[in-house]
Amino acid sequence: MTQTSWIGKSVKRVEDARLLTGRGTYIDDHPPVANACHAAIVRSPLPHARIRGYDLSAALALDGVVGAITGEDVARHTKPFPVGVTAPIHYYCAATDRVRFVGEPVAVVVARNRYIAEDAADLVRVDYDPLPVVVDPERALDTAAPVLHDAVGSNLAGHRRLVYGDPDRAFREADVVVSERFSFPKYGSTPIETYGVIVRWDPLDGVCTVWSNFMGPFIMHPLTARVLGLPENKLRFIVPADIGGSFGIKSSIYPYIALIALAAKRLGVPVKWIEDRREHLLASSSGTDRVAYREVAARKDGTILGMRFKWLDNVGGYIRSPEPGCSFRPTGNFVGPYRFQHLEVDASVVMTNKSLTGPNRGYACGHLYFETEGMMDRLADRLGLDPVEVRRRNLVQADQFPYRTPTGGLYDSGDYPAAFDKALELARYDDLRREQAKARAAGRYVGIGLALAVDPSVSNMGYVATALDPQFRAKPEYLPKSGAVDAATIKIDPLGRVTAILGTTPQGQGHQTVVSQIVADELGLTPPDVTVVDEMDTFTRVWSISSGTYSSRFGSVGTSAVALAARKLKAKLVDYAAHLMELPASSLEFRDGAVRPRSGKGPSYSIKDLAGRAHWNTESLPDGMEPALQATAVFGFTVAKAVDAEDRVNSSNTYGFIAEVMAVEVDPETAAITILRYVTVHDAGTIINPMIAEGQIYGGALHGLGGALYEELAYDEHGQFLTGTFMDYLVPTASEAPQIDIAHIVSPSPLTPLGSKGLGESSSMTAPAVIANAVSDALAPLGIKINELPMTPSKLWKAIDRAQRSHATPERQR
Amino acid sequence: MIARSEATPPRSANGDNANNENANENGRVGATPRWNANGATGRVGATPRWNANDENGRVGATRFFLRPPSIQAGLKDPATMKPPKFEYHAPKSLEEALAALGRYGGDAKVLAGGQSLMPLLNFRLARPAALVDLNRIASLAYIREQDGQIRFGAMTRQRTIEFSSVVAQRLPLLKEATRWVGHLPIRTRGTIGGSIAHADPSAEYPAVLAALEGEVVARGAKGERVIRAADLFQTYLTTTLAPDEILTEVRLPAMPAGAGYALEEFARRHGDFAIIGIAALVVREGQRCKLARLATAGAGPVPVRLRAAEEILEREGLGDAAVEAAARRATELVNPDADIHASADYRRHLTGVLTKRALTRAIGVARG
Repeated sequence: MTQTSWIGKSVKRVEDARLLTGRGTYIDDHPPVANACHAAIVRSPLPHARIRGYDLSAALALDGVVGAITGEDVARHTKPFPVGVTAPIHYYCAATDRVRFVGEPVAVVVARNRYIAEDAADLVRVDYDPLPVVVDPERALDTAAPVLHDAVGSNLAGHRRLVYGDPDRAFREADVVVSERFSFPKYGSTPIETYGVIVRWDPLDGVCTVWSNFMGPFIMHPLTARVLGLPENKLRFIVPADIGGSFGIKSSIYPYIALIALAAKRLGVPVKWIEDRREHLLASSSGTDRVAYREVAARKDGTILGMRFKWLDNVGGYIRSPEPGCSFRPTGNFVGPYRFQHLEVDASVVMTNKSLTGPNRGYACGHLYFETEGMMDRLADRLGLDPVEVRRRNLVQADQFPYRTPTGGLYDSGDYPAAFDKALELARYDDLRREQAKARAAGRYVGIGLALAVDPSVSNMGYVATALDPQFRAKPEYLPKSGAVDAATIKIDPLGRVTAILGTTPQGQGHQTVVSQIVADELGLTPPDVTVVDEMDTFTRVWSISSGTYSSRFGSVGTSAVALAARKLKAKLVDYAAHLMELPASSLEFRDGAVRPRSGKGPSYSIKDLAGRAHWNTESLPDGMEPALQATAVFGFTVAKAVDAEDRVNSSNTYGFIAEVMAVEVDPETAAITILRYVTVHDAGTIINPMIAEGQIYGGALHGLGGALYEELAYDEHGQFLTGTFMDYLVPTASEAPQIDIAHIVSPSPLTPLGSKGLGESSSMTAPAVIANAVSDALAPLGIKINELPMTPSKLWKAIDRAQRSHATPERQR
Repeated sequence: MIARSEATPPRSANGDNANNENANENGRVGATPRWNANGATGRVGATPRWNANDENGRVGATRFFLRPPSIQAGLKDPATMKPPKFEYHAPKSLEEALAALGRYGGDAKVLAGGQSLMPLLNFRLARPAALVDLNRIASLAYIREQDGQIRFGAMTRQRTIEFSSVVAQRLPLLKEATRWVGHLPIRTRGTIGGSIAHADPSAEYPAVLAALEGEVVARGAKGERVIRAADLFQTYLTTTLAPDEILTEVRLPAMPAGAGYALEEFARRHGDFAIIGIAALVVREGQRCKLARLATAGAGPVPVRLRAAEEILEREGLGDAAVEAAARRATELVNPDADIHASADYRRHLTGVLTKRALTRAIGVARG
């Protein structure tokens, strides 16, 4: 029998049968505690106002109402959450003195059921004193703008100027400098399952147990404990086996955990809150809207000497951790796949009367590459070069890996030129250009876009400190931060069956499937032989502050922990068998599910055999061997280091690569965009399950296209929220999904036991760039460049109409 | 019968597929009410186009997805349904329905397919004292041909219309329009009466009713009256139906044999309400145009008949120049609003573009 490799096979997802037949266990299916009461949250209808008082009398008089809490209780009984900047911003789990965005929680009503709670929430009267409003991040920094937080004195939550190399010199010595302003919209993720929290606060043992669909990072656990005034070992977070999607958004559920926990404590009953869709759109989380000013300095031949980024990231009414990750999460890969060494980043984090932000698939990389890839095309345009050539000239080369970026990133492996070539070849780039020329001659608007990106996975917690001034970080009392850790336990039962236990919080990624593949390979089994348990429980699982399923971690760090745990267990089996066989362990190996002599001659011990002996007869164990067949491995990246004094940080741990080519046609009459071809090539190292990888890439691409074409959490200038339903917040559906041609190249990571990297965010970070570039190219004859998303047909038509009016030529009059 | 909305889901009397009751529980896509971009009333973040003066919206309707997972699981905790309190009537006859409606003096809503009213209730934008559910009145679902008209019972589902052979033969424009209505689950519940009585000006059926010069039958305590399309729509979501009247029938004249037709629509996504839709009908005699009909969706507070553009075709024939002129004229006949999806200028421009496209296609398929 030869060992089968399950890694690399499109093994069917073991999760799907239960999910597709309605047997998943999501938070709302969860009755973990009897007699839970139901919460409805009263939210601010105003974008900015002082709270003068509350009148709960009518609400409390309603039959079936258990009680209510308001901002006064929040101020009295909780602490504000620590924030990622030094500005004195008091962010509580609900508004205490002022409301700062439409939808901000102001009170919680708890009742026997949700109907009554909703009815009662309607009866809560809050007396507001309206204040002036600002929603635009540039306007918010005007001296005349209303200030949201008096203690801060302005709306600037944080500002850093990061300098790498000598950007001033690069710009002095450049043949050309190209400048552009970009604006990126605020959009979220709209997972099918919304936020949900159930809390039981046991007055006897003092333990507060929280069931929720929180997905990590578990740094939020100690933060929440602190806010609630609890020791960490009295706060228990449990996450059910199934989470109905997240894409980063559910990491920001933690203020609601604190709020519902407070309600449970004050009212003395278990409380359940399931967010509705309106609440989700209104006040869950989203990426930032950003205004960016970009400059690139280059030589005539297209070689980039340096860049300048100036960003205003709009984090809404408060800055909620892990913001300002919106600016600094990609620090290590600020330069993307390009070799230039000189960079200046001027990052302002601005507060306005909009809802709060946080990680959203691609966390800040969609913004980054939309701008950078737009600049690459503008540079090509300025120099009269093909955009392919400009990119090729600047790519990090295959022999430069591992590559240290000027901002501290350590790109572990890759072959960017090869992946780019593969994308061009798959798209038949030269043919596309010929077809485009023909179409243009016929008066049609066909364009080709490119986008290249370094795809970072597994955030190093240390990046958050980039937001802090180096002088602040140099203080002796400052504690440096770093790390990216995951744990797994594998055990073999007396009959030789294997269980793998994770502390991850999958939201549909298929961890059970992937882990069963890895363990099957390591132990010579088949995937069905392995039971995978992946619920999270902070009281029973091994975890650290970086635990969770976010930043495309699992394919890199989670899988590594699993492989290492299996190897540890294998080594123990070999040692045990060596003892039984009275042979030196070095003469044995674990192969095809059994421990065998390396020579191939002599008896072997199967897992089942060894398991039976080890469990039933501990006397058979060698001296000093721990009984029980189980192993826990905690894998941590050693390349995750704290940010240095020059603001350099390896902000992620493994780095993949994406190369995309898209062809579009724009109907100049309706401004409708048709995607003619979309090719995406990924390098995420070893691919464990190609089917799951493909699903991630499709989903990521569609998510990115959502932001580019459809989705925006829009506000009017008075701070009123305009997109509170799926009528107005448009999410692309299957009907809008283009055909996507996916291919991979494989540059295994030297940092992970399996060579794998993450790719869960994947094309979400390139889709906005590639389609903006394609549409810009299509409309080049009209002089239109896309520098603002989403490209709604109405906005695009306005640009087309204006351009046609200013330089219409007869050939374009169809 | 009076119940809170946690009552058992009503099953339609005319054999609708019960599985559709909660076919798109979370996917309110395309079915939710349309919000006014700058209306500041109502619930946080959901600013309704449902105005204060909207005592209309009669056969407004329901997708009564009263089976959240917790109920399916046999638990008593209906955690996902949140309309305000209302009384619920499920009459078995039209007379009972009218009697129930009459008791509330305009404070009751009529429930048909539920594709708009249920979201309005759940957002607490609509707060009727009572719902009168027509789904048990089997006699309100039919398609009949009579006196040169095709007559639809108000509760005829859009999905039924989509596959009706009578509609295919006699009203191909309606068939084409139906394919633009939402998505399959929506059409399976949505009714022709509900769509027209709801009077969303971006919806397809009101545009078809206007283009074909159809009429509706309204029944009230005082009897029955017939309302012509031109006299039905007043403004957004507002019709001339009285609060105690129920729209019972929709009548569309059969299209002349060989008539050319087309429905052109532009929406941001498949299944969305139209940013602009144009329903076109032409009856040709050679290059001459015997009759032209053009009506809009999305181009104003009510479906707009583009009579002056029609006249250009009837006067000048069906040549390219006449089509161009009609399309140009169409842009002058509409006064669209802006919202989050499209500016007024863009809508006006699209009116011209789609008028031309609809006419070109309609002329292409017209015989005679």
